[in-house]
Amino acid sequence: MATLEIHDLHVSVEAENGPREILRGVDLTVKQGETHAIMGPNGSGKSTLAYSLAGHPKYTVTGGTVTLDGEDVLAMSVDERARAGVFLAMQYPVEVPGVSVSNFLRTSATAVRGEAPKLRTWVKEVKEAMEHLQIDPSFAERNVNEGFSGGEKKRHEILQLELLKPAIAILDETDSGLDVDALRVVSEGVNRVRETGQVGTLLITHYTRILRYIKPDYVHVFAAGRIVESGGAELADKLENEGYAAYVKGGASGE
Amino acid sequence: MADNIPAGSTTEGAIQVGQQAQQPADARVSAPASYDVADFPVPHGREEDWRFTPLERLRGLHDGTAEATGGLRVDVTAPEGVIVETVDRGDARLGRAGKPVDRVAAQAYSSFEKASVVTVPKDAVLTEPVRIAVHGEGGVAYGHTQIEVGAFAEAVVVIDHTGDATLAANVEYVLGDGAKLTVVSVQDWDRDAVHVAQHTALVGRDATFKSVVVTFGGDVVRLHPRVIYGGPGGEAELYGLYFTDNGQHQEHRLFIDHDTPHCRSNVAYKGALQGKDAHAVWIGDVLIRAVAEGTDTYELNRNLVLTDGARVDSVPNLEIETGEIVGAGHASATGRFDDEQLFYLMARGIPHDEARRLVVRGFFAELVQQIGMADLEERLLAKIEQELEASVS
Repeated sequence: MATLEIHDLHVSVEAENGPREILRGVDLTVKQGETHAIMGPNGSGKSTLAYSLAGHPKYTVTGGTVTLDGEDVLAMSVDERARAGVFLAMQYPVEVPGVSVSNFLRTSATAVRGEAPKLRTWVKEVKEAMEHLQIDPSFAERNVNEGFSGGEKKRHEILQLELLKPAIAILDETDSGLDVDALRVVSEGVNRVRETGQVGTLLITHYTRILRYIKPDYVHVFAAGRIVESGGAELADKLENEGYAAYVKGGASGE
Repeated sequence: MADNIPAGSTTEGAIQVGQQAQQPADARVSAPASYDVADFPVPHGREEDWRFTPLERLRGLHDGTAEATGGLRVDVTAPEGVIVETVDRGDARLGRAGKPVDRVAAQAYSSFEKASVVTVPKDAVLTEPVRIAVHGEGGVAYGHTQIEVGAFAEAVVVIDHTGDATLAANVEYVLGDGAKLTVVSVQDWDRDAVHVAQHTALVGRDATFKSVVVTFGGDVVRLHPRVIYGGPGGEAELYGLYFTDNGQHQEHRLFIDHDTPHCRSNVAYKGALQGKDAHAVWIGDVLIRAVAEGTDTYELNRNLVLTDGARVDSVPNLEIETGEIVGAGHASATGRFDDEQLFYLMARGIPHDEARRLVVRGFFAELVQQIGMADLEERLLAKIEQELEASVS
C-alpha cells in the first residue's frame, strides 16, 4: 500500500531580500485510500506544500524528508515524481501552445504507465472519462489549457487524474473559481478515483464548500507554514463556523 | 545590437479600410519597381522594408560591392515533356511575372548572366516533381529562374538550396489560365550562407498557386514572396515554416496584391526560434485594391520562442480599398515555451527533452498537414527533429 510520508519539511523561496522560509516543519502521512483535507488561510503555505511535493524549481527544500513507500521523493526530478505516482492538480494550469489535449494525454499516459496504451482501449477510456466530466469531445483537439475557461481547466486537471491513476493525488484549490455545477462535476470525478481505494488524496482548500462533496477522513489546519491542528471531518465544521481567526492571530480566540 | 533583447515578440499590425486611391498611406503600395538597380538608393537600414535586416551581414549585396564570383551550381531534373533551358539575360520571356521591388532584387536582375527557364507546356499534368538543386560552393552569385506552367497544366516544383553561398536572386512563377503549380522552396543552407530573393508569382485566371517556403539554414535569409493576379478566379496559398537558431536572421516578407476581382489568398507561416540572437521577421502585406471585389484573404503567422535571447518581429498589414469582399483577416501571435510549461508537462511524467519535442512537433504539425504533401511531410518532420536534437544536446 502506497504511503507518502512528509517529515519536518522546510521549504524556502528566493525573495528580494534573500530566501524566505515558507514551510516550517510539515509532518504528514497520507496512505492510499485516505483523504486528507488541508485547510488554511491565504499565505499559510498550502500551495507551497503542493508545489514542493511535485518538485517545482521555484521552491528550495532546506530540511526534512518526503518519501513514497520509502523512496526519496525529494531526490527525484519532476517527471520522475509523476511516474512514481505523485499527481498535482494545479490551481492555475498552464497553457501549452501547439500541443493538443489528446496528444498531451496520450504522451503523459505513456510516460506514467511505462508503455503506450493500446489505441482502441485508450480512445474508449478517454471518451468515457470525458463524458463523466461533461467535457465536449471537441476539447481533445484544442491546445492544452489554451483559451480554457476556469471550469474547463479544472475539469481537464481531473480528467488527467482519472486517466493517470496516481498513488497520491494532490489537489491544489481545485474548487477555487468553480460554480456549484462545475464543483459537483469535478468532485464526482475525484470521488470516482477515490472509490477505487487506490489513491491517497491530499485536498488543499481555502473553503469548506468542496468538503460537502468530497468527504475527508482527516482535516488539518495549516497556518504559518505548518500543520497546527488535526482532526476528523468535524474540524471542518468548526472552521466553517469560526473561520481561521483563531489560527492567524497567534492563538487568540474569537473574531 | 543589445544583448538583452527580450524574448517574445514585437507584434504590430494594421488594418486600413477605406478609399485611399490617391495617396496610399502605406509606403509599400507605392514602392518603386524597376529592373534597374540604379533606380534604388542604397538602403541605410531605416527604411520600412529594410529596418529589420542586418545590412552589414549582406556582404555587399545591397550596396553594389558584392562582385559575382560564381560558384553556384543549378541542376534541374524534370520529367519528360518539360522544357528546361539556360538562357541569356536578354531572353524576352524574362521578367514577365513582375519587376524587382527592392535594391537587392534589382541588383540580382541587373547582374545575372544566365537564367534557368523551366516550361511546363499547356495541358501537361506532371506525375513527378521538377527538382531544382541550387548548390553554393562559397562564392557570390546572382541568379534568375523562371518557371512557367501553361494553361491547365499541373506541376510540382521543388527548389533545394544547399551549401554555402552569397546569393541574390529572382524567381518567377508564371501560371497560365487554370494552371496548378505547387512550389516548395527549401533553404537548407550551410550556416554561413546569405540568401536574398524575390519570388514573384503571376497567377492566371482560375489558376492555383501553392507555395511552401521552408527555411532552416543560412546566416541571413531574406525572402520576399509576392503574388499578383493576372485574371479573376485565381487562388494562392502560401505556407511557410522556419526554424531560427542562435545568431540566424530569417526574414520572410510577403506581399499579396489583390488587384483583380474574385481571387483568393491564404497565408500561414509558422516559426520556432531558439538560442541567443535568433531573429525571425515576418511581414505579411495584403492589399485589396478598389477593383478587387469578391476578394477572400486570410493570413496567419505564429511563432514559438523556445529559449531566452531570441527575437521575433511579426507585422501583418491589411489594406482594404473596397468593402465588396468575401472576407479579409489576419492573425499574428508569438508564444513562449517557458519553465512553467515545462514544469506542467514534466509534472505529468513527460521527460524534459520529450516535453520540448512535443511542443515543437505539435506546433508545426497542423501546418505540415495543411501543406498536404506526404513525402515533404516526412522530410520536414525529420528536419525539425534534427534541429531539436541539436538544441537539446
